[in-house]
Amino acid sequence: MVPISHYLALSLILFGLGVAGFLFRRNIITVFMCIELMLNGVALSFVAFSRYWGDLSGQLFVFFIIAVAAAEAVVGLAIIIAVFRARKSLSIDDLSSMKY
Amino acid sequence: MHYLFYIFAVLAVAGALAVILQKRPIYSALSLIVVMGSLAVIYLLLEAEFMAAVQIIVYAGAIMVLFVFVIMLLNAGREKPSQKSWLAQKLGLPILVIFFVQMFLVLITAFPKSTVSLGGKFSSSAHSIGRLLFRDYVLPFEITSILILIAILGAIVLARRET
Repeated sequence: MVPISHYLALSLILFGLGVAGFLFRRNIITVFMCIELMLNGVALSFVAFSRYWGDLSGQLFVFFIIAVAAAEAVVGLAIIIAVFRARKSLSIDDLSSMKY
Repeated sequence: MHYLFYIFAVLAVAGALAVILQKRPIYSALSLIVVMGSLAVIYLLLEAEFMAAVQIIVYAGAIMVLFVFVIMLLNAGREKPSQKSWLAQKLGLPILVIFFVQMFLVLITAFPKSTVSLGGKFSSSAHSIGRLLFRDYVLPFEITSILILIAILGAIVLARRET
């Protein structure tokens, strides 16, 4: 059998790569996809722990994670479309007007 | 059986690396679909068949189609690298490495030998998931439906062209 720590390590790697992409990438759509990558990493650890404890609730939380991810993707992409109409740009360097 | 996990774990990590290293968003989106597909196989190995199906149908099917649709709608091309934050360039990679090392140390010390099949008998059919969802978790389920309704309305309001 595969030890639980290997599943958690994979989950950690996916989450970490998502964080890295979120911080390093400049395209707002790619930044958004990195958030999805982080959510997937967390979902994997939920499913692994659900199998580990023999408790089905973990899988239900993955269900809710997917539902929230869908809602977040819809709203986020609508915001991206609205921002693109206003700024004609997808780079997050051009979206710093609320920063200072 | 367990070599399948390692094959698809490597595939998922390679896909995740491709997501953050590709310069064009459409390639990142396609790599993200690879990650989600390999995660669905790993869910199958964890005996979460329903979650694997939902992962493919909802995540790789619906959400990623939405992403690809927006990428093509906005004609997102190659991104320009920015040299704005010297702090991020100097400190980003070391902090990331420290984060990884720390978390791996925690993982190694917390779960030295335990395997995933601790719980004994385990049924994850759609039947038992539905029973749990509509009995014990019916309030979060209803709240999620309201959340999705609000998200639909918000998306329509946000993406509408002002007249």
